[in-house]
Order: sequence, then C-alpha cells, then structure tokens
Amino acid sequence: MKKLIASAFVLSLLSSAAIAADPVKIGFLSTFSGPGGQLGQELLDGFNLALEENGKTIGGRPVEIIQGDDQAKPDVGRQAADKMIERDKVQIMTGINFSNVMLAVAKPALDAGAFIVSSNAGPSQYAGAQCHPHFFAASFQNDTASEAMGLYLQNKGVKKMYLLAPNYPAGKDFLAGFKRFYKGQIVGEVYTTFGQLDYAAEIAQVRAANPDGVYFFYPGGMGINFVKQYNQAGLKKTIPLYGPSFSLDQTVLPAIGDAAVGAFASAFWAESFDNPASKKFVAAFEAKYKRIPSPNAADAYDTARLIDAAAKSIGGKIEDKAAFRKALETVKFDSVRGKFRFNTNHFPIQDFYLTEIVKDAKGRPVMAVREKIDSDHKDAYVDKCKMAN
Amino acid sequence: MAEPATNLSRLRDVVPTLLILAALAATPMVALAIGDPFIVKVATRVVIFAIAAVALNFVVGYGGLVSLCHAGFFGIGGYVVGILAWHDFNAEPLWFMSGTSDLAISLPAAILLSAMIATIVGAISLRTSGPYFLMITLAFNQMFYYGAIALQKYGGDDGLQIMSTITLGPLDVSNRYRFFYLALAVLALTLLLVGRFVDSRFGMVLRASSKNETRVIAVGVDPWLYRLAAFVVSAVLTAVAGALLAAGQQFISPVDMGWDRSGDLVVMAVLGGVGVVWGPAIGAAAFVVLELVLSSWTTHWQFVFGLLIVLIVVSLRGGLADLAQTLFARRSGEAKHG
Amino acid sequence: MTLSLITEQLLNGVQLGVMLFLMSAGLTLVFGIMNFINLTHGSLYMIGAFAGAATQAATGSFLLAMLVAPLVAAAAGLALETTLLRRFYGRDHLDQVLVTFGSILALNEATRMIFGLTPLRMNLPPALSGHVDIAGIPYPTFRLAILITGLIVAGLLYLVIMRTRIGMWVRAGASNRPIASAMGVNVPLVFAALFGAGAALAGLAGVMAGPILSVQVGMGEPILILALVVTVIGGVGSIRGALVAALLVGVVDTLGRVLLTPALGSMAIFVMMAAILAFRPKGLFPAHG
Repeated sequence: MKKLIASAFVLSLLSSAAIAADPVKIGFLSTFSGPGGQLGQELLDGFNLALEENGKTIGGRPVEIIQGDDQAKPDVGRQAADKMIERDKVQIMTGINFSNVMLAVAKPALDAGAFIVSSNAGPSQYAGAQCHPHFFAASFQNDTASEAMGLYLQNKGVKKMYLLAPNYPAGKDFLAGFKRFYKGQIVGEVYTTFGQLDYAAEIAQVRAANPDGVYFFYPGGMGINFVKQYNQAGLKKTIPLYGPSFSLDQTVLPAIGDAAVGAFASAFWAESFDNPASKKFVAAFEAKYKRIPSPNAADAYDTARLIDAAAKSIGGKIEDKAAFRKALETVKFDSVRGKFRFNTNHFPIQDFYLTEIVKDAKGRPVMAVREKIDSDHKDAYVDKCKMAN
Repeated sequence: MAEPATNLSRLRDVVPTLLILAALAATPMVALAIGDPFIVKVATRVVIFAIAAVALNFVVGYGGLVSLCHAGFFGIGGYVVGILAWHDFNAEPLWFMSGTSDLAISLPAAILLSAMIATIVGAISLRTSGPYFLMITLAFNQMFYYGAIALQKYGGDDGLQIMSTITLGPLDVSNRYRFFYLALAVLALTLLLVGRFVDSRFGMVLRASSKNETRVIAVGVDPWLYRLAAFVVSAVLTAVAGALLAAGQQFISPVDMGWDRSGDLVVMAVLGGVGVVWGPAIGAAAFVVLELVLSSWTTHWQFVFGLLIVLIVVSLRGGLADLAQTLFARRSGEAKHG
Repeated sequence: MTLSLITEQLLNGVQLGVMLFLMSAGLTLVFGIMNFINLTHGSLYMIGAFAGAATQAATGSFLLAMLVAPLVAAAAGLALETTLLRRFYGRDHLDQVLVTFGSILALNEATRMIFGLTPLRMNLPPALSGHVDIAGIPYPTFRLAILITGLIVAGLLYLVIMRTRIGMWVRAGASNRPIASAMGVNVPLVFAALFGAGAALAGLAGVMAGPILSVQVGMGEPILILALVVTVIGGVGSIRGALVAALLVGVVDTLGRVLLTPALGSMAIFVMMAAILAFRPKGLFPAHG
C-alpha cells in the first residue's frame, strides 16, 4: 500500500511536471562589477551550487536564471529588474545585496506580480510597515546579527563599549540593533564616511577612550582596512574586537589574515557548523570554487533550496501564487543553518551564535563556534507588519 | 567652429536632430509592434540622459568648461520632485506650502532651486578655469552628494521612494508611453533651446571666449557673465532631466548624484561628440544601450566597454557624431555624383 | 582632547599626507609638463599593490615586493604611454579624460580576471610590525616607515628636478618643446621617462599601502580623487605645491573626521579645496606664471 501511494505520488509529480514543463524563470540581480562585485559572485556561486546539486531544477521543473548587474546603483538595478520582469518574464527575483537597490526594485517587481525571495538584503521597511505577501527574506533582517552581539555582551556584563560603522543606513541599523540589547555604557559611537580608507584617526580615539570592547560593522574593503590597522595599532589584545559576521567572514578574512585572529563575530551560520547539510555544503563549495564559503553564500545556497522545497510541495505549480505563497510560508527544508522558519512578516526566525576567529588546520582564519547566543531570534519590526491575506 | 551659422551648417544640425527625434518617437510603436514594452523604458532612460548630456555640452563643448557637478544638479532636480511628492503622500506641510505630486508645480520648483544654487556655485567656480574648474566643480558635487546623504528624513543613503502618483496638471503621466513622450518633448525643447543659444550672439561670445579670452575682453565684453549665464542654463536643464528620472523610476538616491555619474555625463557628451548640439544625445544612447547589452552578456562587460571607449576616442576625433557625419557626407556625395 | 592625542592625530594626518604626496608627484608632473590629465594613475597604484602582494605571496619577502612593485608599475605605465597615451599629449583635455577613463575600466576588469574577486593579503614584515614610542604614544612602526620613505622621496625628487641635467631637460621640455628638441633634447624620450618615473612612484605608494589597506580591484579610484585634489590645490606642475597640499589634505581630512560631524567631516577637504580655489584660482603654488 505504501508503495502504491508512493508510486501514485511519483506519477502525479511526473504528470504535473509534464504540464509545467516550462522552465521556472528566476531573475538574479546583484552587484557584479566594481568593488562590491565580490559579493554578487559569492551569492551567485552559492545559489548555483544548490541548483547543480538539484540537477538544475526547481520544484521538478527546469530552471532558467536571468542574471543582472546593478553596479551597486539603485537606478541601474531598477532598469535591470524592469528588463527581467517585462522582457524575460521572471517569476521570482533574488540576489539583491544592497538595501538601497532593494528599495528601488521591490515595489515595481511586486506590483508586477513577481515574488521576491531575498538571499541577502533584508531592509527594515519590508520587515515592518511595507511587508508584502510576495516578499520573503530567506537571509536575515539587517539588525539581527547586531542584536545578538548586543545581547551577548550585555549577558556577559561588559561595561564600556565603543561603536563604529560607516555613515549610511545599514551602518545606523546595525548600531541601533546593537543598542537595542546592550544596555551598558557606550563611550563612543562613530560614523565614518562610506568607503573610508584610513582609520588611524578613529583608532587613536578608541585608544584614548579605553573601552572594554569595540563593536564595529565594516563590510567589504572597509572591514579589511579597519581590522588590519586596528591590529597594527596594537589594540587587538587589550581591547577586543566584536562584529557581526559580515565584518569578519570569508569575503574578507583571507585578505585580513592573522590580524583578525582573536576577534569575535555573531553569526547565524559559520563555516565550522556541525550539521550534515552544512558540512556537505562547505565541502562541495570548497571543491568547486577553491575557497571557503561565507554566510552570504550559505544564505544564497539555502535560498535556492528553500524555493525548490516550496515549489516541490505544490508540484512545481508556482503560477498559482496563493498556493506558492502558502508553500513558502510553511516551507520545510534541510537548512545549513540547522533551524529555519519564517515569521509572520516573511523574515526568518533563526538561532544566533558567538564565533571566534581562529586558524584552521591549514592555517586559514575561520569562524569557530563558541556558544549559542539566542534561540529563535526574531527581528524587531514584525509587530509593525500587517500582512495582507 | 566660431564661424556664423551658414545655411549649410544649420542643415548639418537640423537634419540629424530631426532624425534622432523621429527615431526616438518611433520606438514605442516598434515596442508595441514586437510586443516588448521594456524597450520604452530603455528609450526613456536614453532620452533623460540625452537631455542632461546635451545640457552639459552647452558648457563643455561651447564654453570649454568641463563641469563635474552636473550630477549634483541632476540630483537636486530629482530630490525636489521626490521631496515634494513625499510631503504630498504623507500629507505633511513643507514649511509654508503643502507637498505636491504635480510636475506642473515641482518642475518649476526644481528649475528655480537649481538656478539659484547654480548661480552661487557658478559665480565661485568660474573664477577658475581649465583643470581647476574641473576640480572645483567636483568639490561642489561632493558637497551636494554628502548633503543628500545627510537628508535622513528622506531616506539618506537608502534613497527616496516616490509612493504617490505623479501627474502633470490633470494628466496622469505614470503611463509609460505618455511619460516617454513627455520626456521626448523636453529633449526636443532642450535641443532647440541649446541650438538657438549656440547660434546667437550669446553663443558666439561663449565660443569665442573659450578659444581666445583676451580678444573677447579686448572688444569690451566680460566673458565671465556669459559663462555664468551658460552655466546656469545648463544646470537648470540638467535638473529638469533629474526631475524626470525621479518621476519616471519613482525613486531618487544619492547614487544618482555621485561624482562618477558626473563623469558618465561627460563621457556621454564626448563619446557622442561635443562639436555639435545633437552629438551628446547619440553619446547618451550609445552609453545606455551598450551598458545594458554588454552587462547582460558577461560580468566582465566593463573590460569590453572600456576598450570600446578607447577605440572610439582613438579613431574618431569628433566622437560618434563624426562617424555619423562622415557617413552622411559620403551618402550625399554619392547622391550628387549619381 | 588631550595634547598627546592631538599629537597622534597630527602624526596620522602627516602620514596620510606623505602617502598622498607619493601619488600626486607623478600626477602633477605629467599634468604640468605634458599637459596631460592621466586618470590611469590610480590604476598604476593598483597595479603596484597587486604586483607587491603577488611577489610577497610567492617569495615571502616584503623587501622584494617593495622593489618589484614600482618596476611593474613603471613597465605598465611605459607600455600605456608608448602604445596609447602619447598620442593624446597634443589633444584636448576632454579626449584625455575619455581615453584614460576607458583605460581604467579595462585595467580594473583585467586585474579582476587575473587575480579573481577576493581581495589579496599583504603582511607586514616582522621588523616593521611593532610600535615606536613617540612622546608617550605607541605609534605603528610601519606608518613611521611610510612617513620617512615619503619624505626621502620628496627630497630626492626636488634635488633631481632642480639640480640635475635630467631635471633641466624636463623643465625645458615643459616650457618650450620645439626649442628643447632643437637643443638636442629627445623630448619623446624625456616624456616617456617622466611618465615611467611617475608610474613607479604610484606603484611604490601602492605597495606601501598594501599592508594597511585592502588590495582589491577599484582601490585606485578613491586615492586618485584625493591625488587630483592635492594636485589642484598645490598648483598643477608644482612639486613643492604638491607636498604642501598633500600634507594639508592629510591633516585636514584626519582632524575633520575627528572634530566634525560625519557629513561635514566627509566634506571637509572638498570645502577646503573650493575655498582655496575661489581665492587662488591656480592653486597655492602656480607653476606657470
């Protein structure tokens, strides 16, 4: 009997696949050129790896990826998104890594009836008042990693903190998230010019303020510059560095090198995670791309598998938008993050961990998990979201 | 180039201008015929950047002043439309007035504000010349850019989404075809206006003073005032282009006014050809379309794009307009013989 | 702010200024003497940094990297000059901007194709990774080394240009090209050598920035902007002007970031440049007239 049901299930899958043999069209819009180009490639590599393991299918249907380069400019991203939606008729958009590009692209894409399943950017607007039935963030809400680190340092009883971030909205979101949970004394809160090269002046101020720790959010090249210079100033041993994983992941660690060892990062995923899905992912990613994946790549990998699982659960018929939305909301898949589910605002509820930067067996700096900071962490904006039915 | 406009040279300008406008006017029909409405969006972007590039060329090509703060004016125009629409949507008064989503009000407001700012910036910047002018305008552009980032109320670095429906008087222009023809009309006006200026006594003084300033001063004309006027006109037209960009994509952000966008505008102008009024329009079209087509082929598109620019500037002294004119001349030459 | 902190910040400002001077020296000479706006100068800086990082990765020697980087940058500069850029010396500034802009795009993308997307690492040599005690401030040895190297280069450059035969040729080539040729100076050769020397200095700046900054594609453009600011404030073509302006920009930028609000701090050097040019339209030390 069991067998019969199974074969009936397979049959129904096959027949629905036959009906829906048209490819699923996914628009992958990200930053591929300029200094931010590394992140776009990281996301695409993670996404593609999941698709390849899946025989290049989504929900049993072949998949067509339409790639676009937003050059980190909202208006360029908007044009590329228009092309994907109007000419290529994409059904799902993903890949966007900058909040400002997301804010320029999301409204027209959603208005046109496409789904957005973000593999990276998670602006607070879409977690709160602007939440939308067809907008999902499979990644994270901007503030959450900082909230976790704030919580950790609060619980640990660290008294005086010094905060640094670039002067742009994500920088402010990250420090606001930190302060939401950290109630100790903030002896300095500094916003630097986006893309600043030299941090000698700021580091001198940190030394003079003599805090118990520094919390910093500097993604990309800014993080590389800051951590190297902080280490050269000889402060790392006396005033420890804390950051969200985005400041200390594999997009920057190879370039920082030993200077990062001993710093702490809060993360929803790290390359040292000990679950089967994560181990399989890290091994496959390293074999294919000759580098260790970052949490961004892990999120993109998860995003592809999440979309696939949701689509499979409705027999690949994602054209039924109400059913696909329901399937995404209740999706069950084997996340590399161990545990994953969507909140009512379509942003993740996930666990956060404290990691320390150590050298692995090959001498490469990696994030090693030290302890769990928070289980089932939710973002702070969910109450502002009145999700339409 | 300083010779008075003869009938021949006027013909040389009028025919390509009409050809460009006609080709653009036909694109929506082509888009409808082949069922690809996205083309209209690309054409709208081409038209908006063409307005800005033609406007910029008024000071670059005819005044010999390479300005790197035009993206700033572009952004000022965009932010005027965006901020007024924000106040309209949120029903919150802006000082003494209420917000509006009507371009019939916000366009004149953009013109007024950009003219005022351009007068101040121009008056200071025009004390310098050559590369110094280039860099002092870059400095002003950076001030505008960081100024826009400081507008936290209007999104700061995230940019400003326009939530309300943009109208022009009683006319709803959110329809893409209607909006395209509105932008095209502004481009036609810009070409006409700049063409008229260039051919006038005003344009002659401007050109003459970029070639030989001492001689112009010797005949008792103060070129500074002419340059300032040209700078303001050019800035205002660029602000109108920025206002249209914001209205069209319902979004404006500081990235739209970065110094590299100023550089892009200069590249469009030079690529198209600074010697003729319509040259930068071709340059803008080439820039926008190449960027779109190349970037959909390969992530390494900037390599090809860079080489193409080098190739064009090495082989064509007057930009793409040169190529067009050479082809045109050969054709008409053949026609005469045949 | 305490006195020792102010001293430390001034030191930081001067060190940034010296770094900027290394970048600006070549830029201002090529600009002033060949009347050529060379936007690829930032790319040569990037090439120097990548060459240095690759050399260090292969050999483990920072000293070797310091030698190789300027040579590679000079070779790249000479290749650019002889095959492409020298045809643009007589042309409009606009054409120069366009051709070098196109070259930047191509060079950046080519570097990415060769080295990939992940930024490269450059380690500090052990001898320079410690601190030196300056008036009670633990100052990074490497930054002090940059400061001293920059000052030495500035001094040498001044001597070469003002006191040697080569310097005389360079100055002659700048003021009157036909007469210089008539006097037997091989002007194209002098120009090429000058371009190569400027490129070598940019490469040196690149490799010295390597251990402090991220070695990545596009690293040249932010520093190019600052170098252009320095060049213009100092007066195009003036080495002395470049040195003064570089120190001014370094100190104002550093103190502006510490003392002003973020938005104003980012603007500080641009406000300063606009103010200086408004009153001295040809910079602080105009080289010609």
